[in-house]
Amino acid sequence: NWSLQRRKGLFLFKGSETEGRADRDGASDTEGKQDVPEVPVPADDTPEVLNKALSGLSSRWKNWWVRGILTLAMISFFFFIIYLGPMVLMMIVLCVQIKCFHEIITIGYSVYHSYHLPWFRTLSWYFLLCVNYFFYGETVTDYFFTLVQREEPLRILSKYHRFISFALYLTGFCMFVLSLVKKHYRLQFYMFGWTHVTLLIIVTQSHLIIHNLFEGMIWFIVPISCVICNDIMAYMFGFFFGRTPLIKLSPKKTWEGFIGGFFATILFGILLSYVMAGYRYFVCPVEFNNDSNSFTVYCEPSELFQLQYYVLPSVLQSATGWTTVRLYPFQIHSIALSSFASIMGPFGGFFASGFKRAFKIKDFANTIPGHGGIMDRFDCQYLMATFVNVYIASFIRGPNPSKVIQQLLALRLDQQLHIFNSLKAHLIEKGLLPAVEEAA
Amino acid sequence: MTELRRRGAAADPDSTDNLSDKEADGDDRLGLVGDAEGECEGDTKANTPDVPPSADNTPEYLNKALEGLSSRWRNWWIRGILSLTMISGFFLIIYLGPVMLIIVVMSVQIKCFQEIITIGYRVYHSYELPWFRTLSWYFLICVNYFFYGETVADYFGALVQREEPLQFLVRYHRFISFALYLAGFCMFVLSLVKKHYRLQFYMFAWTHVTLLIVVTQSHLVIQNLFEGMIWFIVPISIVICNDIMAYLFGFFFGRTPLIKLSPKKTWEGFIGGFFSTVVFSFIFAYLLSQYQYFVCPVEYNSETNRFAVECQPPDLFIQQEYTLPSNLQLKTVHLYPFQIHSVALSSFASLIGPFGGFFASGFKRAFKIKDFADTIPGHGGIMDRFDCQYLMATFTHVYIASFIRGPNPSKVLQQLLVLQPEQQLSIFNTLRSHLRERGILPPAVLEAQ
Repeated sequence: NWSLQRRKGLFLFKGSETEGRADRDGASDTEGKQDVPEVPVPADDTPEVLNKALSGLSSRWKNWWVRGILTLAMISFFFFIIYLGPMVLMMIVLCVQIKCFHEIITIGYSVYHSYHLPWFRTLSWYFLLCVNYFFYGETVTDYFFTLVQREEPLRILSKYHRFISFALYLTGFCMFVLSLVKKHYRLQFYMFGWTHVTLLIIVTQSHLIIHNLFEGMIWFIVPISCVICNDIMAYMFGFFFGRTPLIKLSPKKTWEGFIGGFFATILFGILLSYVMAGYRYFVCPVEFNNDSNSFTVYCEPSELFQLQYYVLPSVLQSATGWTTVRLYPFQIHSIALSSFASIMGPFGGFFASGFKRAFKIKDFANTIPGHGGIMDRFDCQYLMATFVNVYIASFIRGPNPSKVIQQLLALRLDQQLHIFNSLKAHLIEKGLLPAVEEAA
Repeated sequence: MTELRRRGAAADPDSTDNLSDKEADGDDRLGLVGDAEGECEGDTKANTPDVPPSADNTPEYLNKALEGLSSRWRNWWIRGILSLTMISGFFLIIYLGPVMLIIVVMSVQIKCFQEIITIGYRVYHSYELPWFRTLSWYFLICVNYFFYGETVADYFGALVQREEPLQFLVRYHRFISFALYLAGFCMFVLSLVKKHYRLQFYMFAWTHVTLLIVVTQSHLVIQNLFEGMIWFIVPISIVICNDIMAYLFGFFFGRTPLIKLSPKKTWEGFIGGFFSTVVFSFIFAYLLSQYQYFVCPVEYNSETNRFAVECQPPDLFIQQEYTLPSNLQLKTVHLYPFQIHSVALSSFASLIGPFGGFFASGFKRAFKIKDFADTIPGHGGIMDRFDCQYLMATFTHVYIASFIRGPNPSKVLQQLLVLQPEQQLSIFNTLRSHLRERGILPPAVLEAQ
């Protein structure tokens, strides 16, 4: 395809002029995909084995089967890594984050044809490293306080953590300024902005997921499952009953799917939390055991996960004939979580759809056959993770005790004494301490 | 269009330089064509009515007063007069107190945000996008609400405990802020219009990056202020001094250019500015450290309902003796420890601060604007004056958090009282053994069980 070769050649050698032209060309439908070597047409990516197995079926059913099989594979994989434990989960979250970042940055490169900008690939990955270092350092300091105090190099890194992170970031910033090249200023600023917005969306939210995980694996599993369930249920309801379109942005979504998915997800959330709240493995906060140097999930379940009696409102009493039900309080919270997943979660999906239309891409990438990229699967999850984190911070969790100790021990001695006396007075008042005062 | 194609193919290296992202024709090609044509020669300033040439903005009386001088000296005088005016304004608001300072910081933040957003509108010709002006200001209000809420909860704990509605707002603060932000997010998604997707996403990202830069750093400035007004005044003065000194040294001795991005900067200016700024900060810190008004943390007095600046000066602001190396004449000097810190601050301001200026210069060149706006005659917009300040404010905040400040005791106590009783008890025991170790508490007397 000679014109394609010529355009590619110009693209490689001529820099900004061709960038301008190719960008313009990228707008017209026919030439779009051909100029963008990183985004192949999805249908070609199905593995051979699946192709052979499904060779008999028609194209529409084949697509349905491919999607179905991959969905089951992903869900099984999800259960498998839950079984493997918190450590593996954290690593998976990190890998997903890196892959999503890579996908979005690649889109930026293809949109701006800036793949050959000097330094830019290095700088994007460097900023990713910096921000991850900052967040992981804060997490490690918060949750692994005793481990950090033990090891000398970790203690120094933790004490000056913000300064070190800032210095690393500044280095990247200065490298960016020094890398500004006369003809490519605007492109470089665009890529700088693109990188930072991507970091803001993806990296901060993946760390919120990890914070949720530390509260208890149930706070990680239930939200993700609710979003997946809402996706599947909305699709099913839409498939069987769908008639009125929901929003112009995503023509395949329907009101029937939306409402059906809403009720189905709430029901699913209640059932799933009932099942999970019985197991300590899911319910206890993840802690790091200093002696065994591993993560342990062992505790006395908090009140949230103990069955309690609730008196039903009279409406439901007459409907079901029960006067009281035994529920975990967590199930009430799960209703809030699933409502959010059904109502707001789709907005995250619409945002991603709008983004894909704006930049004329069909999928974020081609990692998963039939589904697109990792980002395609996770676009609703990010909003959900932030919501869960804010929900926990506002309604569930108190401050983290080890963090409070850490702050206490960093205060000046006279401040510590003052707090000690206040705390003693408070505990005596509550009856937790005997009122016998020691000789001062 | 063919005209543009031909010029592009002719490999003219300068053709990509003078550009405006003009939306030409076409439906979905809107943003893209704008992007591409943004790379071609064409109408630049003529199409951008919001940025008149700077010289027209000088007030009439200044013009009259200086009409005798040549153009070069006139520009110099205007800049000089405005600099003195701004510095005097700075001293005046310091005198007026912390509340005034917070209000001024807030106003500067809003003006900077407006300037950058206006540039975004011009670049993308998106002034008529549906909803977008409303959404940008809405996001500004949300993020400010979040940050001010966190600040109020931290520093005005006693006031908050008193008022019932405030208590509710503080307890669920994150949730309320998140809900407000989500409402804006949903409005954005619902406002996506078929032909303008790309533009709308660009403006969304532009708004968010601006918020990230301008709003977060202005709140860091306010937090620095609460540590003590000296942590606000000294960094700002250092940056101003570095600007002026580098300019003067460059003016008189400048020969070797520093960086291609800003051709007016020279190595002589850079190095001269560095040394003179360090000396200036050393002296200035000495002067300010003596006054409680500058040195004490700003506290809110619940009884009088105003800000009070009164305390026992921290160790940092009490003179100490330092022994000098033996080969100098003086054996010991009396210094405030803060002066040592001010050397660190001024080094940062002189060495790294200019990178903030280069970033802003690169930004202006990238989007083909001379100044951010035209608010100050001879100087440009507010953002032009504050571009180096933002990096400095963040550095000061990180510096304080890492090297100076411990956690806030009242905040720690507040967190303690919210914990579960068992957790409180275990912390109590830990603290007691820690204090006993340090000798603050008497050792344990065995009680009869």
